[in-house]
Amino acid sequence: MNVEPSVRVEDKLYYNRYLVDVGHPHVTVREHTTPSPQLLALLKVCPARCYELNDNGQVEITVDGCIECGTCRVIAEPTGDIKWSHPRGGYGVLFKFG
Amino acid sequence: MIEERFDAIVVGAGMAGNAAALTMAKRGLKVLQLERGEYPGSKNVQGAIFYADMMEKLIPEFREEAPLERHLVEQRFWMMDDRSHVGMHYRSDDFNEERPNRYTIIRAQFDKWFSSKVREAGATVLCETTVTELVRDDHERIVGVRTDRRDGEIHADVVVLAEGVNGLLGTRAGLRSRPTPDKVALAVKEMHFLPRETIEARFNLKGDEGVVIEAAGTISRGMTGMGFIYANKECISLGIGCLVADFQRTGQTPYGMLDHFKQHPSVAPLIAGSEVKEYAAHLIPEGGYKAIPQLYGEGWVVVGDAAQLNNAIHREGSNLAMTSGRIAAEAIAQVKSRREPMSTKNLSLYKKMLDESFVIKDLKKYKDMPTLMHTHSQNFFLTYPQLISKALQNFVRVDGTPKVEKEKATLKSFVKARSWTGLFGDACRFARAWR
Repeated sequence: MNVEPSVRVEDKLYYNRYLVDVGHPHVTVREHTTPSPQLLALLKVCPARCYELNDNGQVEITVDGCIECGTCRVIAEPTGDIKWSHPRGGYGVLFKFG
Repeated sequence: MIEERFDAIVVGAGMAGNAAALTMAKRGLKVLQLERGEYPGSKNVQGAIFYADMMEKLIPEFREEAPLERHLVEQRFWMMDDRSHVGMHYRSDDFNEERPNRYTIIRAQFDKWFSSKVREAGATVLCETTVTELVRDDHERIVGVRTDRRDGEIHADVVVLAEGVNGLLGTRAGLRSRPTPDKVALAVKEMHFLPRETIEARFNLKGDEGVVIEAAGTISRGMTGMGFIYANKECISLGIGCLVADFQRTGQTPYGMLDHFKQHPSVAPLIAGSEVKEYAAHLIPEGGYKAIPQLYGEGWVVVGDAAQLNNAIHREGSNLAMTSGRIAAEAIAQVKSRREPMSTKNLSLYKKMLDESFVIKDLKKYKDMPTLMHTHSQNFFLTYPQLISKALQNFVRVDGTPKVEKEKATLKSFVKARSWTGLFGDACRFARAWR
């Protein structure tokens, strides 16, 4: 997947403050063998690049850098591809400026 | 279960939630406000422009103590192609007034202050608490909320859903549908820090004067979208947003577009040498009047972004949020003062009052605009900006070509790109939607 290698999202996320709720991801991807078009769209549209393809061609999520915009929920929750909840109280991204 | 019973529970501590909680607490209602962030504002993202008039109705003396950035004296609209921008600027010394009309603010800081006023008014504000679901009684009435705290069920006569554009509670409970990709935009934003004097020099400002730049054109790569640059005291908020459906369709990345916007020759000098301190993203309601859901029911009302109350044409959201929160609270206080139940029938007063306000009137005026912009995005965001840029370059560049020939070439380029019927149709469609 060609996702503009010139832009390093990891560097952008490094500016942010997070309190990661280890072991309680607030977004999960349904198990699948072949990803749906909705899941594949998330590889590019997620502004924190939380979604990546693994070696078997399946879409995986790492929520640690999530900035909780809800874009993936709008695209892939209706198809049942992902489950989206808010992080538990106090956890997740903590904006200093917002 | 928490035994204490409240007159109202407000879910969320953004502009709408704070306006609602403050108004009800001032009227003597027993209010509990729940916020999932570490502090009020820690989950809230906005450009941000702030509107004094709507705040004066809540806290008349807010200017004395609220953390405001700059009062706006200038608005710039830029229509961009890859190397140019066509600008329309409006600047007036009239905006250097005793009670300025618009300000830039930093939401995390502002909301923290706003929330302190809500507490002062007597509301109980509980942070680090995520509401997980609404509680119903046997008659399907909403009677409270369940939270992620232990013994987390709390009861109230009415629940005010101020849970934001991505609010889960209302959609999970079937009170409204989840926003669809064609009804919300995704915006990404960075905070660029620079010395105060540098910002004032680059934007031609003195003291606390501020400026807003709103940019559209090829920066959104043919999608329905806009860029923005807001001058704060010691930082610049810079971002870009496009319709989620367009991102999904084109496979463009939001951060790729943001960096492209930052590298534009009209933008790069404004932020040169800055230190970025935050990267945020947020959804913006874009569906307009036709996307407004049911606003009230048995024991509940919905306000602000959660109710899609956003004017995409004027880029106004926080004032609609504040106003809808205040009006909902006033309606609830009226029902309460009559000692009547928070029923669908009684809470319809909120909708009635909102219909009479600028909130619904403005959204109604532009009811056809979202569809027009979304279905003709190639023309309005790509073709026309390119044509207009070329036309103006042709107009100002002096190269010995007779002016008559220059004008003919410009006209020809428009007709070639859109045809006479296309140009006429676009003009009519735009005028009709604007009316």
